[in-house]
Amino acid sequence: MNEHTLTIKDYGTRETAWCPGCGNFGILSALKQALLAAGLAPHQVLMISGIGQAAKTPQYLNTNFFNGLHGRALPVATGARLANPALSVIAESGDGCMYGEGGNHFLAAIRRNINITVLVHNNQVYGLTKGQASPTSGTGFATKAQPHGIHSSAFNPVAVAVAMKAGFVARGFSGVKEHLADIIRQAIAHEGFALVDILQPCVSFNKVNTFKWYRDRCKPLPDDYNPQDWHTAMKTAATWGDEIPVGVIFESSAPSYESHFPVCQTGGPGSGPVDSEAFGRVINSYA
Amino acid sequence: MLQILIGGEAGQGLVTLGDLLARSLVKSGYHIHVTQTIMSRIRGGHNTFSICVGRERQTAPREPVNILVALDEDTVRLHRNALVPDNHLIILDEGVSIEAENCVYVPYKKLAEERYLNVIALGVVASLLGLDKTLVGDAVAASFESKDDAIAQANRAAVDDAYAWATQTAPATIVALEPAQPADAPRLVINGNEALALGALAGGVKFCAFYPMSPATSIMLNLARHADIMGLVVEQAEDEIAAINMAIGAAFSGCPAMTATSGGGFALMTEGVSLAGMTETPIVIVIAQRPGPATGLPTRTEQGDLEFALHGGHGEFPRAIFAPGTIKACFEQMSRIFALAEASQGPVILLTDQFLADSYQDIEPFSIQKTTPPEPVLPSDTSQLYSRYAVTDSGVSPRRIPGAGTELVDVDSDEHDESGHITEDLGVRIKMMNKRLRKTRILLNNIVPPDYSGDTNPDLLLMSWGSSQEAVTEAAARFRDTGKRVGTLHFSQIWPLDPELFINHLCGAGRVVCVEGNATGQFARLIRRETGFEVHGHILRYDGLPLTPEYIMGGIEHE
Ligand SMILES: Cc1ncc(C[n+]2csc(CCOP(=O)(O)OP(=O)(O)O)c2C)c(N)n1
Ligand code: SF4
Ligand SMILES: [Mg+2]
Repeated sequence: MNEHTLTIKDYGTRETAWCPGCGNFGILSALKQALLAAGLAPHQVLMISGIGQAAKTPQYLNTNFFNGLHGRALPVATGARLANPALSVIAESGDGCMYGEGGNHFLAAIRRNINITVLVHNNQVYGLTKGQASPTSGTGFATKAQPHGIHSSAFNPVAVAVAMKAGFVARGFSGVKEHLADIIRQAIAHEGFALVDILQPCVSFNKVNTFKWYRDRCKPLPDDYNPQDWHTAMKTAATWGDEIPVGVIFESSAPSYESHFPVCQTGGPGSGPVDSEAFGRVINSYA
Repeated sequence: MLQILIGGEAGQGLVTLGDLLARSLVKSGYHIHVTQTIMSRIRGGHNTFSICVGRERQTAPREPVNILVALDEDTVRLHRNALVPDNHLIILDEGVSIEAENCVYVPYKKLAEERYLNVIALGVVASLLGLDKTLVGDAVAASFESKDDAIAQANRAAVDDAYAWATQTAPATIVALEPAQPADAPRLVINGNEALALGALAGGVKFCAFYPMSPATSIMLNLARHADIMGLVVEQAEDEIAAINMAIGAAFSGCPAMTATSGGGFALMTEGVSLAGMTETPIVIVIAQRPGPATGLPTRTEQGDLEFALHGGHGEFPRAIFAPGTIKACFEQMSRIFALAEASQGPVILLTDQFLADSYQDIEPFSIQKTTPPEPVLPSDTSQLYSRYAVTDSGVSPRRIPGAGTELVDVDSDEHDESGHITEDLGVRIKMMNKRLRKTRILLNNIVPPDYSGDTNPDLLLMSWGSSQEAVTEAAARFRDTGKRVGTLHFSQIWPLDPELFINHLCGAGRVVCVEGNATGQFARLIRRETGFEVHGHILRYDGLPLTPEYIMGGIEHE
């Protein structure tokens, strides 16, 4: 494998079950580019997802993957990462999975600052279950389940993550692939929790937030934007309307969660043999 | 043999007193068994710490009380009916006027400041029992040493004052312990949850995630205490759903992993149990039972979650369920089940309860020699073609750890093909279901058979499972003393069951009575479901208190 020069083909090309024209295709291809740019061989990557259309992404990539339960990608990723800190762990799912069913895990993972990359395909709708409102759907968004339009206000994951001073917070758009690939590459390189909220049209179930709707609004951050400035980042994160800023909105240098565990500094707990001398000392403490 | 019951309000230092007395008794050469009843509050209420002590091994909780250490008036009122006539003593504050015989009125306020009340009580009891003052003083000093040397010395002084008062002033006691020889080798003084934590360490656990819930929390606290020296990660999760999913993630990426909770937390974990079944991830789950439904009685005991442990988790997949009957068995079973989880690549559950969790015993130090942690999973050298779910005769597909080699490990909670990718091929579905279910054979081959003892073809067979083992054994022994022919059949593994291993005992007995700590006879129902055998009677307890020999004997007599 050392001899081998990585190419995009190493991450595989598989048949997908997505609708033609879905924004997920752009995200999958940006992710492959980012992995290549990061120099990660397939076996060094562990993709962890929940359930939904977005959560199928790992199925279409040649890497290790754990396609778990709806809402639970982050705790599985946290356990996997603490157990084996040599792996590059990427959690990937939809807005419903990460912010709805998995909302508590989202907040806890940010607070831990565990070193995982979190890619959220935010299509502002539940795709796989055929079009109910999601936590990020705009107020008034009408569906078969919410025929009068939803009455709740939309969750802004980026603003919440910045407010909590998450390690790395970015917003991307599936329609600008090179830009998105570069954001994902930076997220992977970040030593700590890294969120990339990716705006993604769902051609089948979201007729409001269409490709055109996003394209007209998404504006890359200016070159002189400073993601270390939290106050600016808060303002940027809260901007949502005629203009939606995309790019790396906030980045901090807080130490990663793993760095606090002595055993994670020496390769992780693994499954090594039981240290019988240490165990003897433990036993004696109960005498 | 005597029973010492210490009663008082939460916040009076009752557990410290009980713990130090128990340890001093063991150091003096006695055997002990401790039962605790606790109310769910930090201050006030009524808690007890009961020590059965004698020169012989002590195993089960008992009801008759010989020495009542009453830290408040309520204790006398609540427990005076349990006092053994003519062989008891009540130790209480001189300010308490209660009409009772054999009272030792201690001038607590004159002897020391209020905060030393529990240590004074300890000194008085220890002195009356004839324990060596230096030994008790050392135990007290040692337990406070880590906090502050001055505090340690003040407490030792309180012991001295208590001894001085008791030897000069206290009336000669009518309750006596036969003298004992201090043990040559140190003995552990350990409770059920500590034994589980040590068993997990011996069994190779490297990752634990939990969300606090009585009576399971102390397992994780004990693991956290030793995490650095044993090289493991202990993580407090944001909820029980996260806890089990973290453990599954850790197990997938190479660590023997566990979680522990009570019934309410297990309710949240059930989707994870099913996930472990589907993804074939080895995982150990401890359920420390307390009375339900819902929040129930948080600090009391029950065996009410057997059927829940058996069925919690959607879909069909193999699982094993253990229910150790003793503190020693807590260690032994826990130290083995990580290997079983790995061998069968799925969930293994261990049921304990508040009674066993908080019961102490003196016990020979555990040895790591007899334990078998799981074999480490190694990367293969035939990379690329690896299939995580290769169909095999045994149902077990060779496991690999992601990142350990170049092979890719892909697993899915959806139905999947051999490579771990999602499938809706219904033929593959059947193959995969059958493959997973074939692993039941591995569980059956590793069954811990039920423990039978007593007369063959007895008139009465007491059947039990889990934490009531020693109470049932003791009840049977007492029945035998009265000339009855009695046997006991105890299950420390409750799933899967192999009827061949016990059906003859059931059919050979005159009368079979199932003893269990729940209201509806869940284990008896399981036995009927699996064997068609219907027990003749039940002894059930669901008032939150542990099964005792007296309770069981009373139940048989009133049948
Ligand atoms: C516990 C549980 N509840 C509900 C579902 C059904 N379900 C599957 S995907 C999904 C929502 C998907 O929406 P999202 O996460 O936004 O992903 P998308 O399909 O839009 O990419 C739901 C509700 C499930 N699989 N598991
Ligand atoms: S339903 Fe929507 S999100 Fe799902 S594949 Fe189709 S277009 Fe994409
Ligand atoms: Mg969605």
